[in-house]
Amino acid sequence: MRFIFKTHYDQDLVLFKHAGARWSYGALALILLLAPWLLSEYLLSQLAFICIYGIIGLGLMLLSGYTGQVSLGHAAFLAVGAYTHALLVGAGWPFVLSLAVAGTLSAAAGVIVGLPALRVKGIYLAIATMAFGFIVEEILARWESVTGGNSGKQVGPPEFFGYKLVSTAEFYYLCLVIAVLATLGVLNLLRSPTGRAWVAIRDSEVSAQSMGISLARYKTIAFAVSAFLAGIAGALYAHKLRFLSPDQFTIIQSIELLLMIVIGGLGSVHGAFFGAAFLISLPQAIVWLRDYLPDSVANATGLQPTVFGLILIVFILYEPFGIYGRWFKLRTYFQLFPFYRRGLFRRQRAFQKSERLK
Amino acid sequence: MSDALFEAEGLSLHFGGVKAVNGVGFSVRKGEIFTLIGPNGAGKTTVFNLISRIYQPSAGTMRFDGQDLLAVAPHRVASLGIARTFQNIELFENATVLANLLIGRHTHRTTTFAQELLFTPAARAGERMFRYRVEQVIEFLDLALYRDTMVAGLPYGVRKVVELARALAIGPKLLLLDEPSSGLNVEETEGMAFWMTDIKHDLGITVLMVEHDMSLVGRVSDRVLAMNQGEVIALGTPAEVQSHPAVIEAYLGTAAMAVEAA
Amino acid sequence: MQLLQILLSGIAQGCIYGLIALGFVLIYKATETVNFAQGELMMLGAFIGLLAFAGWGWPLAAAVLLAVVVMALAGVAVERAVLRPILGQPAFAIVMVTIGLGFVARGAVTMVPNVGTETFALEVPYRFSTVNAGGVVIGVAQIVVIAVTALLCAVLYALFRYTRIGVAMQASSQNQLAAYYMGIPVKRLNGIVWGLSAAVAAVAGLLLAPITFVHVNMGFIGLKAFPAAVVGGFGSLPGAIVGGLVIGLAESLAGFYLPEGFKDIAPYVVVLVMLWLKPNGLFGETARKKV
Repeated sequence: MRFIFKTHYDQDLVLFKHAGARWSYGALALILLLAPWLLSEYLLSQLAFICIYGIIGLGLMLLSGYTGQVSLGHAAFLAVGAYTHALLVGAGWPFVLSLAVAGTLSAAAGVIVGLPALRVKGIYLAIATMAFGFIVEEILARWESVTGGNSGKQVGPPEFFGYKLVSTAEFYYLCLVIAVLATLGVLNLLRSPTGRAWVAIRDSEVSAQSMGISLARYKTIAFAVSAFLAGIAGALYAHKLRFLSPDQFTIIQSIELLLMIVIGGLGSVHGAFFGAAFLISLPQAIVWLRDYLPDSVANATGLQPTVFGLILIVFILYEPFGIYGRWFKLRTYFQLFPFYRRGLFRRQRAFQKSERLK
Repeated sequence: MSDALFEAEGLSLHFGGVKAVNGVGFSVRKGEIFTLIGPNGAGKTTVFNLISRIYQPSAGTMRFDGQDLLAVAPHRVASLGIARTFQNIELFENATVLANLLIGRHTHRTTTFAQELLFTPAARAGERMFRYRVEQVIEFLDLALYRDTMVAGLPYGVRKVVELARALAIGPKLLLLDEPSSGLNVEETEGMAFWMTDIKHDLGITVLMVEHDMSLVGRVSDRVLAMNQGEVIALGTPAEVQSHPAVIEAYLGTAAMAVEAA
Repeated sequence: MQLLQILLSGIAQGCIYGLIALGFVLIYKATETVNFAQGELMMLGAFIGLLAFAGWGWPLAAAVLLAVVVMALAGVAVERAVLRPILGQPAFAIVMVTIGLGFVARGAVTMVPNVGTETFALEVPYRFSTVNAGGVVIGVAQIVVIAVTALLCAVLYALFRYTRIGVAMQASSQNQLAAYYMGIPVKRLNGIVWGLSAAVAAVAGLLLAPITFVHVNMGFIGLKAFPAAVVGGFGSLPGAIVGGLVIGLAESLAGFYLPEGFKDIAPYVVVLVMLWLKPNGLFGETARKKV
């Protein structure tokens, strides 16, 4: 733990609180920029995926982690963005405009899905978002003239003024740039009144209202921003997979997105990217694991959900702050060495508080 | 009354057959400390909840600073200049004390969403101004030690002060304090009394409070309103109200009157 | 006549949803947790019944009993091993754990060789029999579902009305710390509730098995039981059944009268309409925080 001697309010406002942070993020930036020369093509494409899922994670983290509105149908926003973008670029629209429209349409869907949030909370809201997710999925399957229904839709590579981004490296840079911009945007929102209003809504709605925070307005903004990010990520997702079909956007995908941010570390921006990295690397890890397991177990299709579920349970039992929590503790250990005590992060014995009476 | 900051007339709230508040009327003058007293269940906190617009009254009117309060939505009450603390502390548990106070500044926000998204110099300046004002409150209430602590880890007495600080951060004209000294020991209550007089004299804020600690009431209040079972039973200076027969009966029962007479 | 048949099949399906929803509500009433693995518990119950009945040749009644007992014990075990350690964490975390359990259950069953990827039929004697009641052909399986559901509801009602468990459950869910102080054995109570809920799920699974088949993705029906529980109001036991019936009927009617595809989303449209009109469901409580 570093103690920073602050003399100016700006030191609290900046994103990089001290020189060490600037160095380490700078090094990270350097590695990410040089990735096409450092990593194999396959790993590079996985990194692009991590960026895409990271963007979705940012949105969901904002909505569920910071504002406390559970969204069980987030894949629907991904779908709206993906299909809208696929249709528009297919019709010849320029990439950036199409991306903006896809994001905006997703945001509009987010506002609609957020309407129940203005009236209901907790499990009721979760089920309402789940219901929306199912309905969108069904619409995608049935509206064949537009979406191609269950037989799916082809998508070409991204194109800027006639130049097609075909190579893995070019696409990776596109995803990286958008991910960085999204992260900066979210970080900015979180350190301003809007972000604080979101946290206030999560912790005590009555109190937030008495502080002058309009619940309706900020919940709607949270849904809109979250859906916008998912929409943009959906557009990139469409380009990455080159093929869209409704079964890519089911309730299982929505649940996996939630799992991603919970394992990554709920309530932190790092958590979105740690979670994305986890989600993308899990199938690889399982493939690697297969070599060490007996045949019957290894070749079963059920191995991935089982491992996923087990890891989730283990994390919530032993590390509720997720991967980011573990990372933070590890860093603190080295910073405080040898004075680190386990009790630094020990949670107080908690009793369940009724969420209905919040 | 021209210098009445807040006026209530015929305020009533019925929950089914229960009359939580029945025909309550009073006015609070600018700059005074006005206290509501009464046994538990008298309806004092309910009156607060009516003023904060958490509840909708069944009957009656309320005016604040010349404005009809019934036309105001709950989240607009703070921007009018009314701040409140809660009886069972409603702080934002998963945030630091500083964050809690900064949230209190929300109604003074000058930035738009776009400015915040891009964190323009205007947004930066806005944040600095927030910090400046919040630091004034922190200094006023001696909370500097706890500035960066998570509320969840704070002792009860400190939380009460943070609750007060958050209300002050709103920059209110009228401060509603719901049992500010409940759960505090003698020293902490003394501190609270000093702060209340400072709030009145240095900050010029009008205070409307609910209180049970009679010595505190006697020390700081300008006027007292006694309630029982949702109705007003006495209004006057602390001395007048505390010796009012109806008040004694409400608190202690008629036997006390007999002891008095004897 | 056809309408009657549609209504009946809707009611029967609704009873299944209602039973699963009942399991949700039981756990929610006691611990304010939502068990996203309820569908998977149902699936496991059906598989155990199948194993005993078709695999080991046990009589049907014995197989049913075994499934119910094993699942009840499993419910208690799950509560003890996985949920008790995280008591006190926010509801969202606990929901995530149950989702994880669902994943594990589904994945584990899929991995069982020869069984996980196949679909099986539970060959109960009444599987294909029908009854002709004044020109209307009713499947006996459906009647069994409705009858068993009614019986189970009566039993549970008696349990909560005439024993102290019901009151203890509500106390524990509203203020756990106070419940501890009052001497309510909160942890043991939670275990009992989970066991009961798992047993109900097993019954639902066994009732469902003859109508649909027994396969590893059976649990997805549990997802439709959520709208049922919400429509009825999440804290209400009779509400769960009523909600289930509403959803079952809506689905059945939509399947017949509306174009293709509406049948699948009917439950979700109904739940959204209900949340709009009556945010706390039909029998839900409007609890408000007293500040």
